[in-house]
Amino acid sequence: MPASAEAPVPAGPKVEAAQLDVVFGRGAAAVHAVRDVSFQVAQGETFGLVGESGSGKSTVLRALSGLNPDWTGRLEVDGRALGPKRGKAFFKQVQMVFQDPYGSIHPRHTVDRVLSEPADIHGLPDVEGRMLRTLAEVGLGPEFRFRYPHQLSGGQRQRVAIARCLMLEPEILLLDEPTSALDVSVQAEILNLLKRLKAEHALTFILVSHDLAVIAHMCERLAVMNNGRIVEELSVDQLRRHETRQAYSRQLLRASEGYDRDAAREQITYD
Amino acid sequence: MAASDLQAENGGGLRAWLTTETPASRLQARTVQAYLVWLAFARNPLGLVGLGIVLALILVALFAPLLANHDPFAQDLAARLQPPGSPGHWFGTDELGRDIYSRIVHGAWITLKIVGLVALTAPLAGLIVGTVSGYFGGWVDIVLMRFTDVFLAFPRLILALAFVAALEPGIESAILAIALTSWPPYARIARAETLTIRNSDYINAVRLLGASRLRIIVGHVAPLCLSSVVIRVTLDMAGIILTAAGLGFLGLGAQPPTPEWGAMISAGRKFLLDQWWVATMPGLAIFIVSLGFNLLGDGLRDALDPRSAG
Repeated sequence: MPASAEAPVPAGPKVEAAQLDVVFGRGAAAVHAVRDVSFQVAQGETFGLVGESGSGKSTVLRALSGLNPDWTGRLEVDGRALGPKRGKAFFKQVQMVFQDPYGSIHPRHTVDRVLSEPADIHGLPDVEGRMLRTLAEVGLGPEFRFRYPHQLSGGQRQRVAIARCLMLEPEILLLDEPTSALDVSVQAEILNLLKRLKAEHALTFILVSHDLAVIAHMCERLAVMNNGRIVEELSVDQLRRHETRQAYSRQLLRASEGYDRDAAREQITYD
Repeated sequence: MAASDLQAENGGGLRAWLTTETPASRLQARTVQAYLVWLAFARNPLGLVGLGIVLALILVALFAPLLANHDPFAQDLAARLQPPGSPGHWFGTDELGRDIYSRIVHGAWITLKIVGLVALTAPLAGLIVGTVSGYFGGWVDIVLMRFTDVFLAFPRLILALAFVAALEPGIESAILAIALTSWPPYARIARAETLTIRNSDYINAVRLLGASRLRIIVGHVAPLCLSSVVIRVTLDMAGIILTAAGLGFLGLGAQPPTPEWGAMISAGRKFLLDQWWVATMPGLAIFIVSLGFNLLGDGLRDALDPRSAG
């Protein structure tokens, strides 16, 4: 197994967030979506951010990706601080997979156009060869090349969205609930595809999900978020052994095991 | 329906190529999409009638010298104000003895020129203003939209009259005036469409690829605004023809002896009670062509509009 962890790694973390705050709106209408979030992700690691809806996990990802420029604190990739606006070099290094594959591909563009766009923007050579290789890597044959999104299933679309990221040969993939819009059998295929790609390309993943099973399958470490804060950081082994120190994490774990009348009665809102 | 029968008679080859789920080239992928739009359009008989009228207008305009049986400018005072059906004059003659049929046939080219030039310039200007305004937002949006509001606040014909009066009466001024007064609705439509898609994930995804704003607007936003603008253009064609005819009627558009339909009605109105055909024949031409464009627009809306497609 070409484990990327053994590769010569720079001493520092691949991705680091420190004292990250995101506030939407101003004055009385201000929503403090992310409060004082700090974490580090090592090269080749898969780091999970887990929490219920509105916990701020996707907002962290959007700030990191450059989609949301209104944040304060410190974000670093390879030890270099990131500004609110990112250049092409950043986008070549960091790519993002969106939650809804039905909304993340332009409805009037063929797969061919979707995949050649990143190569055109960055002036990469051999667009066609690169495209066919990338399509094969995500498990789509050349017959998919000239199809429109409406001719593809949800899983196939997500494969195309992943291929679009891979066209730039990034080092870091930000995954925003990449499987939550797909049905269960397809979810497993996409997760295994991501695992294989990570091993083959020595990628670093930051995975946002509300699904603890997905996190447990994919991640080495995870952070539990609630109400804009990181409640606690766990290793996946601690998660599996239910070794949580915080009451909120325990409640989240219990909730993930399915509906239970006693658990529902004991449910506490942590604000 | 007729078209698909024709394809079937030609054998499965072409039809299979046009309806394949797995196109083999960019060209084929585009052709298949266009063919699907055509199939949707061809289900609407009124739309086909509209298309037929518009195609007929184009053919008449192109082959006017062959179709006309008289010189549109040749005067024959001995045969003035002949009724329709007189020997050699199917639609009769006007007050100077000119053959009305030949003048209408030659006037088709003028109508087509006005419609064509306005249809190329105004929607393009509106599309640029609207997509830039909607995508950039902020003060760019405010400035561009207030500018658009100023144009929208004037009645179209009045503004066109002012433009033509400021320039000089003539067909080019009329085209310019109509183009200058008809872009604001397109800008509004394009802006509204842009606002609904600017924060969608597929636009965010291209943003994260490092695409420039120009690339995003031209390659990703504008194509999605195009179908609603095209539909609006075909529905506006009738209005454009009527405005041009109105300018001609008021003596500010095409100048005599140009056989422009509006100017012909204007000249014929003096004889309306006794020699009705002088004004009625060009009026019928305007009516039929306007109807044709409206039917075509309705058909296109049904075929292109994602909302009505369900």
